Amino acid sequence: MSIDLKTVKHISKLARISIDDEKANKLKGDLNNIFEFIEKLNELNTDNVQALTSIAETTLRFRKDEIKSENIREKILKNSPEENKDFFVVPKVVE
Amino acid sequence: MSDITNQSLFELTSNIKEKKLSSEEITKAFINRAEKSKKLNVYVTDNFEKAIDQSKKFDSNPNLDFKLPGIPIAVKDLFCTNGVRTTAGSKILNNFVPTYESTVTQNLWGQGAILLGKLNCDEFAMGSSNETSFFGNVQNPVGENLVPGGSSGGSSAAVAANLTPVTIGTDTGGSIRQPASFTGTVGLKPTYGSCSRYGIVAFASSLDQAGPMTKNVRDCSMLLEVISSFDQKDSTSIDYKRNNYSKELSKDIKGKKIGIPKEYRVDNMPEEIEHLWKNGISYAKDCGAEIIDISLPHTNYALPTYYIVAPAEASSNLARYDGVKYGFRSPGQNLIEMYEKTRSEGFGDEVKRRIMIGTYVLSSGYYDAYYLKAQKVRQLIKKDFDDAFSKVDAILTPSTPSSAFKIGEKTNDPVSMYLNDIFTVPINLAGLPGISIPAGKDKNNYPLGLQVIGKPFDEQNILNISYALEDKINFKNDISDWWLSE
Repeated sequence: MSIDLKTVKHISKLARISIDDEKANKLKGDLNNIFEFIEKLNELNTDNVQALTSIAETTLRFRKDEIKSENIREKILKNSPEENKDFFVVPKVVE
Repeated sequence: MSDITNQSLFELTSNIKEKKLSSEEITKAFINRAEKSKKLNVYVTDNFEKAIDQSKKFDSNPNLDFKLPGIPIAVKDLFCTNGVRTTAGSKILNNFVPTYESTVTQNLWGQGAILLGKLNCDEFAMGSSNETSFFGNVQNPVGENLVPGGSSGGSSAAVAANLTPVTIGTDTGGSIRQPASFTGTVGLKPTYGSCSRYGIVAFASSLDQAGPMTKNVRDCSMLLEVISSFDQKDSTSIDYKRNNYSKELSKDIKGKKIGIPKEYRVDNMPEEIEHLWKNGISYAKDCGAEIIDISLPHTNYALPTYYIVAPAEASSNLARYDGVKYGFRSPGQNLIEMYEKTRSEGFGDEVKRRIMIGTYVLSSGYYDAYYLKAQKVRQLIKKDFDDAFSKVDAILTPSTPSSAFKIGEKTNDPVSMYLNDIFTVPINLAGLPGISIPAGKDKNNYPLGLQVIGKPFDEQNILNISYALEDKINFKNDISDWWLSE
């Protein structure tokens, strides 16, 4: 199978990365090369194989639900792209 | 006493403990050399002024019980450092100054080390040549216009060029071992779960591990001892008793069973690498190890598996870079346009390519065919190693299928770039520890490495085997300092 331009545009929409037609065409070529290489996996029959979901064979640990850091508002907002001491600012969402 | 910057971590630590050198002398020596080494482009951000202050502070009241007493260390720019810019080699984090510290770097400072600065790397650790960095490519000190490997390319170059005594990198598919191999240095990727991932900019969370990059195996054992720790802040950190790796380091590998996997004899592998491997095998025999032929039948499927699993995890990890809470923002008429422009302008081509692959393999209708399939093959790859380790104690392979290549040589062909990691990727997929040690040179006099792979949590064993081999190989990295300016 091959990835067409429409699919590339669709993926870019899903990934929230805008691309122009020139870039999309270049990406189409790259992605097709990469997927051609990936298709090799179809040589293997994996019907009776269990998917490996975690390499560390441990169950997630529980911990007490307690507050460990306090008054970190300033720290959290410190790298905010648009300055505002109380909130993160984004373009207007609700009309 | 040899020039300060030539010294190993072991020598520097001894000299500090015996009061032959001060932290300030050492720190200034590395800074002076870095000032003359700008051509290599290893630093994204330096911390020189603060480092000198901290070294003076250390000297005024030295704690000689520390494992890294007053030792200046530069780290890969993928580790969040409190108050020091952390970019991950990306424009999107160009102005990001963390307000917290990664556990692994905290472990360094907790043992007396001093931050020298942040080292260049491929953008979000995605690359094998350091050419995807927003901050430009790094020169390999081994030769002009040669890549230092990647993604920890600034790190490998900095160790090889004596700009830091040791460093830490991260390894998702070979990003410590391949650059170590390209620069004639030692690099170890620990068992998944050994070193905390807290505070490391995430690439592929089920594969990422931090690890030491050093001039020799002993230094590697010393640094691993400091950075490996159980950490509540990483849900996949594993609570087990870690060795005193440097204390237990031994060249006695008599009776150890070392496996040689036939599948690592790939097509078009340069003769020199075949030769290097044979030498390694005969040295291991000389040390009393038993050599056993083994098979890892799914080796050829590791790279295609990796190029589904890693981008899938990356696409979801990198969803956080949306221009809202931190990092670069490109303004838009509405929220969606802001996201799309921010990510389009903030990420480089390779990162976008991988996000696109990941998004595609996770998208509706393709999940089973790609992602689930890859997870199943990953199980088969892991089982190959489980089977092999029922017969052997460790596995010996080449680290890379070639030596360092020229800058620009592979940038237009992603697949040929990916093939660099053919020998290192399976180890990440199986979560195993692996170390690359310099083992020889090719016809151009460029270094080549051998890789020792171990059972989970058996870092001591691969360190010991490497230590024994290192002694027999007696590698010399004669680097000419061609880049130095006055």
